[in-house]
Amino acid sequence: MTIGLTLRSQLKTTLALIERDLTVLWKDIVPFALRTAMQPALFSFIFAYVFPRIGQGIGGGHGAAGAAAFVTVLLPGLMANTMMFQGVTGVALPLVAEFSISREIEDRVMAPVPVQVVGLTKVISASIQAFVAGWLVVPAVWIATGGHAPMSWEHPVRLLTIMPLCALVGSALGLLLGTVISPRRINYLFALLLLPLTLLGCVYYPWVALHAIPWLQVLTLINPVVYMSEGLRAALAPGLPHMPLWAVYGLLVTALAVMLWIGLSKFKMRVLT
Amino acid sequence: MAEAIQCEELTKRYAGPSPRNGGAPAPASPSSSGNGGPPSGPNSGPNSGEVLAVDRLNLEIKAGELFGLLGPNGAGKSTTIGMLTTRVIPTAGKALVAGIDVVAQPALARTRLAAVTQTNTLDRGLTVFDNLYFHGRYFGLPRAECRKRAGELLAHFGLEEKARARVEQLSGGLAQRVLIARALLHRPEVLFLDEPTSGLDPQSRLRLWEELTAINRAGQTIVLTTHYMEEAEQLCDRLAIVDHGRLLALDTPQGLKNAVHAERLLKLTLAACEEGRVVEAIEKVPGVVQAVCEGHTVHVQANGTPGLVGAVVAAVAQAGGELRDLSVSEPSLEAVFLKLTGKEYRA
Repeated sequence: MTIGLTLRSQLKTTLALIERDLTVLWKDIVPFALRTAMQPALFSFIFAYVFPRIGQGIGGGHGAAGAAAFVTVLLPGLMANTMMFQGVTGVALPLVAEFSISREIEDRVMAPVPVQVVGLTKVISASIQAFVAGWLVVPAVWIATGGHAPMSWEHPVRLLTIMPLCALVGSALGLLLGTVISPRRINYLFALLLLPLTLLGCVYYPWVALHAIPWLQVLTLINPVVYMSEGLRAALAPGLPHMPLWAVYGLLVTALAVMLWIGLSKFKMRVLT
Repeated sequence: MAEAIQCEELTKRYAGPSPRNGGAPAPASPSSSGNGGPPSGPNSGPNSGEVLAVDRLNLEIKAGELFGLLGPNGAGKSTTIGMLTTRVIPTAGKALVAGIDVVAQPALARTRLAAVTQTNTLDRGLTVFDNLYFHGRYFGLPRAECRKRAGELLAHFGLEEKARARVEQLSGGLAQRVLIARALLHRPEVLFLDEPTSGLDPQSRLRLWEELTAINRAGQTIVLTTHYMEEAEQLCDRLAIVDHGRLLALDTPQGLKNAVHAERLLKLTLAACEEGRVVEAIEKVPGVVQAVCEGHTVHVQANGTPGLVGAVVAAVAQAGGELRDLSVSEPSLEAVFLKLTGKEYRA
């Protein structure tokens, strides 16, 4: 399909496409950081700072100790959720706009690489964005909880592999949604997809704790955010109960492969007639 | 000279009518077969709802030409451009752009061509300058060269002041010039323009014509689609008139006008009013349809028979008339176009 174009020239094009996305992101870095930090900061402030102190809800009655325990559960979950959210919005929203309203992706799909490469660069750029967003959660939570952001550094390999994997899975989900959902229905994305993915994604509780509600514990297994949250818990809070690592890695890699494969095929179908 | 474009039996059949959007051009309106009767139009496929947007197109365009595809809405112009620019996959046939098969090697073909679509597809996340700069980067040009060429092209198109502007701030005419400057950045062998002046005000349109003519004189092969007759006539070396996906005629604008024997009007001013004999003599000239006298003036309606004007002048002299003035109005390309494609309204 690409005889006559060297691998080197195609790699150059690919890097230029990623550079374009990062240039656009860099111009909006401050709003991006604020947008990213707001949700985890507010969430951890209310649940891990306010609630324990007013004796209500999670960690209620245990005061500062309860708060610290809950932040340990919460921080990896919020990092996973933020990465999913950034990945999805970083690919799906621009794609929907660029395919329907502005058509500004035209110039990039005319670049001298197979058109799927353009879709792949979107995923790579968005996962860099999601990766940065994931780390931004740490200071946001630390500030919001008055100095709690407990992290274990015992398993650097887990952290170094699961963080990028989460960022890629979130972005691949964004590619899938951005190419499958028609632009007119994009407003359903938040209510019907992102909200259930978050609330049923073991972001605020460990998966093992769901054994009290067996049907829910089984149901949540279809949610990729569960494996992202549990994987990060295994890396950052190994003292807590978490899913076996083979399940985390296995499911994240499988989800990534399947979503990329469908997303890139759909992307090609959108571009070519 | 080398062929810039070669199409052999190029065909595109859509399974059903698809919505019009830049990359996915609109097929012609579908016409379904009647019950057991003959197909109701050339676009009818074997199955109802199938649309034959381009029907076995054979075309050769030489390097350096400014070539126009002229046709009504839904004629297959955009689909043809779409196939040549690797965005629409042909159902059958073959197309080479700068010697490269666009179906077998689309990515390689894209290095030799550039496409400017009907809509403003400038990257809104980037400045005008960066739109050009990154375009060059996508084609593997070194950073310094991208910056240099972007600067040169913006200067050439009188856009230096807009280099740092955001894309949203540009008027339609300016945006169109930026689109063309961007398309030229990687030095394509063939530049495709799909209805480049639609929606532009007359000043912007004139300016764009001048610019297209200038880059074509500098050696750039250009293929454009249009349904503006003056545009086709003013700009193009050769024109293809297409309708219902078929090539109806292909020639220079002048050649097309001559070939179809489209109507032309002669206005003769005589020294004296000599209705009878002179008018009779003119009407006998082969090719003359009608001659009407109005005072000292005779209006002659004729078809495009070669040597007609000379024959009319001779006939006036023989009949004893004294000719003071003669004007010939050429047939318009519009007349040619309507004669070939019909007057039926296209949505």
